[in-house]
Amino acid sequence: MDVNWFSADYLPWLIMLFPLLGFLVIVLGTNRSVIVSQAVALAGIGIAWLLSMLLFVKTVWVTDKTLGHDVFGSQLDWLKLGTQTFRVGVLVDPLTAYMLLMVPLVCLLIFVYSLGYMRGDRYNARFFAYLSLFSGAMLTLVVADNLLLLFIGWEVMGFCSYSLIGFWFHKKSAMEAGVKAFMTTRVADVLMLVGIGYLFVEARTLNFRDILYSEEMLKMLVEKDAILFGGSVAALVSVLLIIGTIGKSAQFPLHTWLPDAMEGPTPVSAMIHAAAMVSAGVYMIVRMFPLLSAGADFHHFDYNTPMLLMGIIGSVTALGAAVLALGQSDIKRILAYSTISQLGYMVAALGIGAWVAAAFHLINHAFFKALLFMASGSVIHAMEHGEHNAHERGHGHDHHEEPDGLIMDYCAPPNDVQRMGGLIHRIPVTAITMAVGGLSLAGFPLITAGFWSKDEIIAEAWHGMSEHPFPLFVLLLLLVTAGLTAFYTARMWFLAFWGKPRTPAAQYAGFGSLRKGWVVWWNQRRWSDGYKLVQEPITRRDKLSANQMEAPLAVLAFFAITAGFIGIHADLIGKNPLHDFLGGTLLEHPEAIPFNFAPMLVSMILAVGGLTLGWWVYGRRPLAAGQTDPTEAALGPGIWAMLQNRFYIDILYRRYLLRPAEWFAENIVIQAIDKETIDGVLETIAETFTWLGEAFKRFNTVVIDGTIDGLCAALYRFAGWFRQTQTGRVQQYLLLATLGLLAIGTLFLIQVR
Amino acid sequence: MNDVLPLDFLTTMTLLPIVGAAVVFIIPRGRERLARWTALIISLVVMVMAIGVFYDVQANPPGAGEWAFEAQAEWFPQINASWHVGVDGLSATMILLTGLLVPLAILISFEIKDRVQTHMALFLFLETGLLGVFVALDMMIFFVFWEIGLVPMYFLIYLWGGENRRYAANKFFLYTMAGSLGLLLATQLVGLTVESFDIPVMLDMWPRYLMRGGEILGVDVSIVKYYALLGFTIAFLIKIPAWPFHTWLPDAHTEAPTAGSMLLAGVLLKLGAYGFLRLAIPLFPKEWIIERQLFSLSYNLVDILGFLAMAGIVLGALGAWGQNDFKRLVAYSSVNHMGFVVLGLAVAALMYGTVWAEANNQYGLLAGVAGVDGYQDMTSTQLTDAVELVYPAELRESDRQDARVALNGAVLQMFNHGLSSAGMFLLAGAIYHKAHTRDLRRFGGLWPLVPVYGAALIFVSMASLGLPGLNGFVGEFLVVSGSFKAYPVYVLLSMAGLLVTGIYILKGIQKLLHGPLNEEWAEYHRTQHSLEIERREVIALAPLMALMLITGLYPNWVLGVINDSVMRFLGG
Repeated sequence: MDVNWFSADYLPWLIMLFPLLGFLVIVLGTNRSVIVSQAVALAGIGIAWLLSMLLFVKTVWVTDKTLGHDVFGSQLDWLKLGTQTFRVGVLVDPLTAYMLLMVPLVCLLIFVYSLGYMRGDRYNARFFAYLSLFSGAMLTLVVADNLLLLFIGWEVMGFCSYSLIGFWFHKKSAMEAGVKAFMTTRVADVLMLVGIGYLFVEARTLNFRDILYSEEMLKMLVEKDAILFGGSVAALVSVLLIIGTIGKSAQFPLHTWLPDAMEGPTPVSAMIHAAAMVSAGVYMIVRMFPLLSAGADFHHFDYNTPMLLMGIIGSVTALGAAVLALGQSDIKRILAYSTISQLGYMVAALGIGAWVAAAFHLINHAFFKALLFMASGSVIHAMEHGEHNAHERGHGHDHHEEPDGLIMDYCAPPNDVQRMGGLIHRIPVTAITMAVGGLSLAGFPLITAGFWSKDEIIAEAWHGMSEHPFPLFVLLLLLVTAGLTAFYTARMWFLAFWGKPRTPAAQYAGFGSLRKGWVVWWNQRRWSDGYKLVQEPITRRDKLSANQMEAPLAVLAFFAITAGFIGIHADLIGKNPLHDFLGGTLLEHPEAIPFNFAPMLVSMILAVGGLTLGWWVYGRRPLAAGQTDPTEAALGPGIWAMLQNRFYIDILYRRYLLRPAEWFAENIVIQAIDKETIDGVLETIAETFTWLGEAFKRFNTVVIDGTIDGLCAALYRFAGWFRQTQTGRVQQYLLLATLGLLAIGTLFLIQVR
Repeated sequence: MNDVLPLDFLTTMTLLPIVGAAVVFIIPRGRERLARWTALIISLVVMVMAIGVFYDVQANPPGAGEWAFEAQAEWFPQINASWHVGVDGLSATMILLTGLLVPLAILISFEIKDRVQTHMALFLFLETGLLGVFVALDMMIFFVFWEIGLVPMYFLIYLWGGENRRYAANKFFLYTMAGSLGLLLATQLVGLTVESFDIPVMLDMWPRYLMRGGEILGVDVSIVKYYALLGFTIAFLIKIPAWPFHTWLPDAHTEAPTAGSMLLAGVLLKLGAYGFLRLAIPLFPKEWIIERQLFSLSYNLVDILGFLAMAGIVLGALGAWGQNDFKRLVAYSSVNHMGFVVLGLAVAALMYGTVWAEANNQYGLLAGVAGVDGYQDMTSTQLTDAVELVYPAELRESDRQDARVALNGAVLQMFNHGLSSAGMFLLAGAIYHKAHTRDLRRFGGLWPLVPVYGAALIFVSMASLGLPGLNGFVGEFLVVSGSFKAYPVYVLLSMAGLLVTGIYILKGIQKLLHGPLNEEWAEYHRTQHSLEIERREVIALAPLMALMLITGLYPNWVLGVINDSVMRFLGG
C-alpha cells in the first residue's frame, strides 16, 4: 500500500503516535535520566503539535463547506466478528481540527511549565511519561473515527489521571484522591460501555460517519424500541453516553472527584481541567450530538429526553458548583468548582441545541482554565517559597499536620487564599496573567474569549425562553451562575493578589520574578524587606525555571483573549468564521440564531456587576490579617460549613454507598455466602460421609470384627476337630479339595450372574 | 485407520512433555540444574510446536466438519473409542496459550529448591494433560486427559504449597473429582447410546437421538438427556469455576506454588469453558433452550447459566474486594473474569440451540425462545407461521450475529484471562516469595523500593482491570455488547461487578505500592532480601506483558482464528 503519511488522511495517526511513543521510550529506556526523558516527552508532544498545526492548515485550506462531507481519514481492520469486520480509523472534520488547534498546544505549554514546576522531583521521568501518555490518549480520542477508539483514549486518560492525581503516592490524601477520581468516573464509564456495546449491536457499526451522518441510521435508531426502559434505542444509548460525560466531565451527581483531583501536581490539574479529561467528556457529547438530538426538533423547541437530561444536569451543575466555589478558600478548589460550573454551561448548551456555542466555549474554557491553573500553581509555588523564606527569617514555621486522607474542609496552607494577599507585588507576571484568565472566566465584555462563547450560550437560551419552559429554566440558572462566577473570580483574585500580605509566607512569597528590574523597583517603594530578598543569589537554573513557568502563562493569556474573536456573531462583524467552519461538521449546517442585543446586555451587566461587587467587597478594602472573610460573614456559619463540606454529598456517598458495599463484600459475600453457605453445605456433605465412614468403622469393629472374633474361636474349636481328619490319606485330601473347588466355583458363578 | 499409534504432529506435541517428564524424573539427585533446564527446553520445544499449530490453523482454517492436523488410530476398539485428535481455531488458541504459559511457569518454578526433579516432571506431566484435552476428538481420550491434568496439580499443591496446603489440595481434588464423576457417567451414557466415543460422531448423533421422544434404558429420553447435560455442565462449571461452584479456587490458588497458580488460573480454568464449547453446548442444543416448568414458573437452562455468570461477575468482584490476602484477591478475580466467559457461553448456547432447532425443523423450540403464547398446542404449520411472525429469519440472523460477537468475546476473554491471571499470580508470588507474607495490610509504600515491580504490577493490574488499550478490554466489550440484547438486566447488573473490579484492582495496587514508605520493609529490603523483581521473573513476565499490549492494540491477530471457529459453531 502506498501511504503518504503527511497527507491529511494519515497525519492523525502520527499525531497520536508521537506522544505515545514518547511514553514508551521513557518507560522502557530513558527513565534513569531526567533530562533525556524530559527531552523525549517534549519532542513527542512538540512534534504532535507541529503536525496538528500542519493538519489544521490543511483543513482550513479545504473550502470550509466541503470538509464536513468529505472528511479526511483512513482505517484498518481491527476485529473480525462473525460476518462483519470492525474497522478502526482516524477522522478529521472541522470539529477535530478545531480540537487539534487547542489540545496539542495546551499540552505542549503544560509540558514546558512542568519543566519548571517539577524541578527536583524524584520521579520526574515518570511524571513526563504519564503526561505523554495522557496527551497521547487525548489526541487518540480527538482523532478517533469511532466510539470504541474514542473510548480507549477516554479510559487511558482515566488511568493517567488516576496515576497523576496520586502521583505523590506517599501522601495518603493524594492516593485516595486518585482512587476516588478513577472510581467515580468508572461508575459512569461502565454504563457508557454498555451504551457503546448496545449501539454496536443495533447499528452494527460504531463509526461516527456511519451513524451520525446517515439519516436512515438515525431514523432506525429513533424508531426502534429499546430493550429496556421503554424509550427508543437512540434515547437509551444517548442517556448512557451522557452518563459517561457526567462522570468524565464531573457533572452532578458524579462531580465529587474533581475538587480532590488537585491533590496531584498543578500541571496535572491543568491537564485534567483544560486540555484533556474533562474536555473529553464534553467533546464526546458534542461529537455524538446528532445521535443525542435525534428525533428532537429543537429548532422548534421540541426536545427529547437526552437533551432535557443534558440541559437540566448541566444547568443545575453550573449553578451548584458556582455556589460551592463561593465557599472555598483553597485557590485550586475554587478553580476546580469553576471548571465544573463551566462544563455545566457546555452540557446545558447542548441540551438546548447550542452545538457550536458548546464547542466554542469548550475551547475557550480550555485556554483560560489552563492559564488559571498554571497561574495558581505558580502562586502556590511562590507561597511555599515564601513559607520557607519566612521560616529562615525567624518567623516561625507554623507547623501543619498533613491530613490523614481526604478531609473535605481541609485547606493546605500554601493554597489558602485567606493566607495570601498582596502577591501582585511579588509575582506580578502571574498576577497579571491570572487577571486575564479570571476576566475571561468571568466573561468580561467584548475583549475576552470567555465572554463571546458564554454569551452565545446565553443568547441561544434567551432565544427559546418565551417558547418553552425548558430553555427558560436553563437561562435563569445560567444567568445566576454568570453573576456568581464573576463574583467568586474577583474574590479569588483580590484575596490572593491585592492588599497587604496577611501572613509572613505571603510577605516573603516569590520566586524568580523578583529578579526583574521593575519588580525590584516597585518593591523597593513598598516593602523594604521585599527588596532585601532580591539580594539572594538566584541561580541561572532558578531563572530558567521561572521562565519555564511564566512563558506558558503569557502564551495562554494571549489565547484567553483572542480565541473568542473568531466566533463573534456574524450580525456584528459581518462574518462568523467559526460558525461557518465548525458548522460544516454536522449533516445539516446549523443556522445561527438572529443577533439579539438583550441577552448580550444582560450577560454584560452580570459579568461587570459581579466583578464590581467582588472589587467592592475585596478590592476596595482588602481583607486584613485575622479578619473574617466577608462572604463567610454574610452567609453565616451554617451555610459556610455546608459549602466547605460540599453540600455533604461526598460524606453521603461514603456513608451510604461505599461503606455498606464494603460491609456487604466482607460480611455477606465472603463470610455468609462463600464460607458459611457454600462451604458450609460442602462441609456438611463431607462430614456426613465422614460420619458414614465412622459408622462403617463402628460396624466393622462391633459386627464384623465381633463376628470374626467369634468365628476365630469357632474356627479354633473346629480346627481341633478337623485335625482328626488329617488322616494322611491322599484320596481323602483330593476329595475335600474337589468339594472345595466346586463350592468356590458355584459361589463365583452366582456372583457373576 | 492405522494399527499402531501414529506419531503425527499433534500426538507428538501432546506426548512429548510426558516423555520429557519421565526423563526429568530420572535425572539423579544433585543435578537439579540439569533437570530445570531440560524441563524448560522441552516446554520451549512444545511452545514452538504450539505456535506452529496456531499459525497453521490461521493460514488454513479448517472448513465446516473438518479438523486441522486430524489423525486417528485404533486405541480401544472394544468400546468404540479410538485415538482421534484434531484442532480447530478454538483449540488452537488454547494450545497456543498452554504452550506459552508452561515454559514461563517452569521458569518461575526455578525458585523451587526442594525435590526439583519431581516438581519439573509434574509440570511436564500437567502439560500433556492440558494439551491432550485440547486436541482430543474422542470422548474417552478427552476424559483420560481431563483426569490426568488433575493429578499433577494435586501433588503440586500438596507437596509444594503454603501452610494450609493439605486442606486446599484435598478440597481441590474432591471438588473436581465430584464433577468428574458426573462427567464420567454422562460420557458413558452418551457414548454407549450412540455406540461411539468419537466426538464428531457423538455431536452428530446424540442431539438428534430420539429427537421426537422415546426411552433410553426405560427412562424418558428428555429426562435422560437432562441429567446427562447436568453431568457435563456441573463438571465444567466447577472447573471454570462458575458461581456457586467456585469455593475450591481461592484455597487452591492461595496455597499453590506460584507457577502452579499461573497454570491453574491460566489454563486449567479454561478447560471448563472449552468443555462447554466442545461438548456441553453442541451435545444438548435442545436441552439448553427448551422451556421448563418449576412451580408454574417457566425457565430454561440458558437463562440460569446467564444468571450464574452475572452472579460470578458481581460476587466474584465483591469477594475479591473483601480480601486482605493478595493471592486470594487475585483468585477471586478469576471468578469475576470468568463470569464474562460464562455470560458469552450462555448467549452462544441460546443461539446455538436456535440454529439447531431451525436446521432440524423444531419450530416448537423456536416458538418457546421467541415467547409465542400457547405454542404447545399448535400444529406445525401454525408454529412455523407464528415463529416467522414473531421471530423472523432476519431477526434470528441478527441475534446470531450478536451471539457471534459475544462468543468471540468469551473465547478472547479466555485467552486474555490466561495472560493476565498468570501475570497477576506471577507478581503475587514474586512478592510472597521474597517477603514471605501475602497479607496486604502489612505492605504499603513499597514502590520506592521496587520501582520495576511496581510498574509491572500496575501494568498487569490494568490489563486485568480491562483498561482499554490492553487485552482485557476487548473481550469484555465484545461479551457485554453481544449479550446485552439477550440479557439486558444481567449485563447491567454485571456492570456493578465491573465497577468493583476497579475497586479491588486499585486496592491491590494501593495496599502494596502506595502510601508512605514502609520502614519495616525498607529495613528488610536493605538487610535481608531484596524485594525487587528478579531478572528471571522479568524474563517470564515480559512476554505476557508484550502480548497483553499487542492484543489490546491489535486483537485481530488472535481474533481472526477465534472467529473462524466461532463461525463453525454459530455459522449458517
